[in-house]
Amino acid sequence: MSRAVTPQRKFAVTLLAWAIGLLIFFPILWTIITSFKTEAEAIASPPSFLFFNWTTEAYEAVNQRSDYLKHFMNSVIISFGSTALGLLIAIPAAWSMAFVPGRRTKDVLMWMLSTKMLPPVGVLIPIYLIFRDTGLLDSRIGLVIVLTLINLPIIIWMLFTYFREIPGEILEAARMDGATLREEIVYILTPMAVPGIASTLLLNVILSWNEAFWTLNLTAAKAAPLTAFIASFSSPEGLFYAKLSAASTMAIAPILIIGWFSQKQLVRGLTFGAVK
Amino acid sequence: MKGFGTAASVAGLIAAGVLATPLAAEKITIATVNNGDMIRMQGLTDAFTAAHPDIEVEWVTLEENVLRQRVTTDIATKSGQYDVMTIGTYEVPIWGKQGWLLSLNDLPDSYDAGDILPAIRGGLTVDGEMYAAPFYGESSMVMYRKDLMEKAGLTMPEAPTWDFIKEAAAAMTDKDGEVYGICLRGKAGWGENMAFLSAMANSYGARWFDENWNPQFDGEAWKAALTDYLDLMNNYGPPGASSNGFNENLALFQTGKCGMWIDATVAASFVTNPTDSQVADQVGFALAPDKGLGKRGNWLWAWALGVPAGTDSPEAAKAFVEWATSKEYLELVAEKEGWANVPPGTRTSLYENEEYQKVPFAKMTLDSINSADPNNPTVDPVPYVGVQFVAIPEFQGIGTAVGQQFSAALAGNVSAEQALNNAQQLAKREMTKAGYIK
Repeated sequence: MSRAVTPQRKFAVTLLAWAIGLLIFFPILWTIITSFKTEAEAIASPPSFLFFNWTTEAYEAVNQRSDYLKHFMNSVIISFGSTALGLLIAIPAAWSMAFVPGRRTKDVLMWMLSTKMLPPVGVLIPIYLIFRDTGLLDSRIGLVIVLTLINLPIIIWMLFTYFREIPGEILEAARMDGATLREEIVYILTPMAVPGIASTLLLNVILSWNEAFWTLNLTAAKAAPLTAFIASFSSPEGLFYAKLSAASTMAIAPILIIGWFSQKQLVRGLTFGAVK
Repeated sequence: MKGFGTAASVAGLIAAGVLATPLAAEKITIATVNNGDMIRMQGLTDAFTAAHPDIEVEWVTLEENVLRQRVTTDIATKSGQYDVMTIGTYEVPIWGKQGWLLSLNDLPDSYDAGDILPAIRGGLTVDGEMYAAPFYGESSMVMYRKDLMEKAGLTMPEAPTWDFIKEAAAAMTDKDGEVYGICLRGKAGWGENMAFLSAMANSYGARWFDENWNPQFDGEAWKAALTDYLDLMNNYGPPGASSNGFNENLALFQTGKCGMWIDATVAASFVTNPTDSQVADQVGFALAPDKGLGKRGNWLWAWALGVPAGTDSPEAAKAFVEWATSKEYLELVAEKEGWANVPPGTRTSLYENEEYQKVPFAKMTLDSINSADPNNPTVDPVPYVGVQFVAIPEFQGIGTAVGQQFSAALAGNVSAEQALNNAQQLAKREMTKAGYIK
């Protein structure tokens, strides 16, 4: 017997959901609003919410001072490059652990996760020196490598969880029909796990896009992505809130748009296997 | 012979190709902070490249703390990513001693290094070698509301004492009207509240360390300075001051909520700018206060351009430093943006310029800079260089940890005595660990 949902109850729940949604989204909304203020209005107290002179002068200042397109392209190459490379390594790895587990598979999974437990700054100097000696400092390929390695445990874990939900019998049937290992992964497993792979891909792109520690520390002028673009607009002495907000809005806009259009896949992927 | 002829033709073609290819411009990468004067310099790059067509300039602009971390990693590992670095008076003595920076003593006579303000030059020189050229210099001073001061029936002297500041703060405070007599830094950090408090403590006769590097927080002078600071802030300061830094106080002052604000001289151009400041026409300036002991409570800081020893382009880098810190650059900025926007505090000739003397805060900035001496910052002798900092590598950590104690005291989490005790203990522990104290 399920409980009847009264219209009042539905209305209350909807209202509550909207309230929570707005609360979570508010910092982003506030950043967007501030980006359309003058510097003086941005620091005004009490702050004005909607009734002020809307202006795009902060955006003009940001565009005049920085090469947005260069930083944007670096972000695209670094985040999509590291995601593609990561998936290329992670799909076979997760397949083997999900369908042909060995005695030590669990330990290997835990070991991979343990690499995420070390604070990144702990390995900054060794990685920095390796990058210096191999000429990878301030290069996009260097960042693709380092972000792939950082996110690999998460990708493998996510894919492993999705793959485990897929019945092994289907793969066995494919093998019975004479599918090779490559065909089994490419034609049977991958299409079945598309929601999982899509959400892993999206999450990884978002993580790489927003990664600020390594992208700030290993770049200078050539490979600096949007995180460095944002960092150049904050200052301990001066007025910068509107310009910083404009730079942040420009930096998060592409990823917000991607997230908006792919939210269906993202939610489906993240809840994949939640109900059996 | 035929083979020789072919080889000779190929060699000739290659040689012709090499000669026909224009020489590639030498590229230099400059790391700088996101302050108004530096952004202006970035905007004027074309003037430099027009005069030096063989040099190409790439900029890396970052927030101060991020930049400090980046350039320190780069120079300490000799990675050579930057050819010119924007560094402060804290880094220069340490890095110069380490041999990480190229000496700038070989800049041509036309550069006129003798024109640089002595206090600033002293802070950038180690054993007679100037390791960085100042781009702009700043000190701290009192900025106050002339209208509120008049309403309170007081007149701000040109060189006030801390007792007068307290009296004026009390008279100007109107908490119901959201006007607070005084706004000071409270946010923890060696470059935040400790910049202000170290300078204030100097004027009270306090010092960070004695001649043998023993911390001095258990002395009477620090106790008096901290107690007065807490009294001022608790009675006449804005609420939540323990999280206020430069920008928060700037916002408060510009919106008419502070009677007085003691902070960087660079703030003068912000608070007198009518587009951003609601009190632009009511701001007066005075020297930082003293306690009658011969030292004023103002600091000294300069952002300077240095050339790392690991650069591949030392000549091009030095050419840029020479251009950006020259008299001609000041004139260029004046011509394009007006005299009020010229980077202040570096050259004597700027302050002799009649046009610049008309800028309302010019004289007070110069007087403030001249009244600070980084090589002799305190009433009693000290073994270190630096007014509001101690130029040793360990200071960033110790300064911030002590700043956290004092910020906690301002927030009311610990008493002044407890904060001083904790500061003494942690400073002693770190200095012993670093080998300064046996």
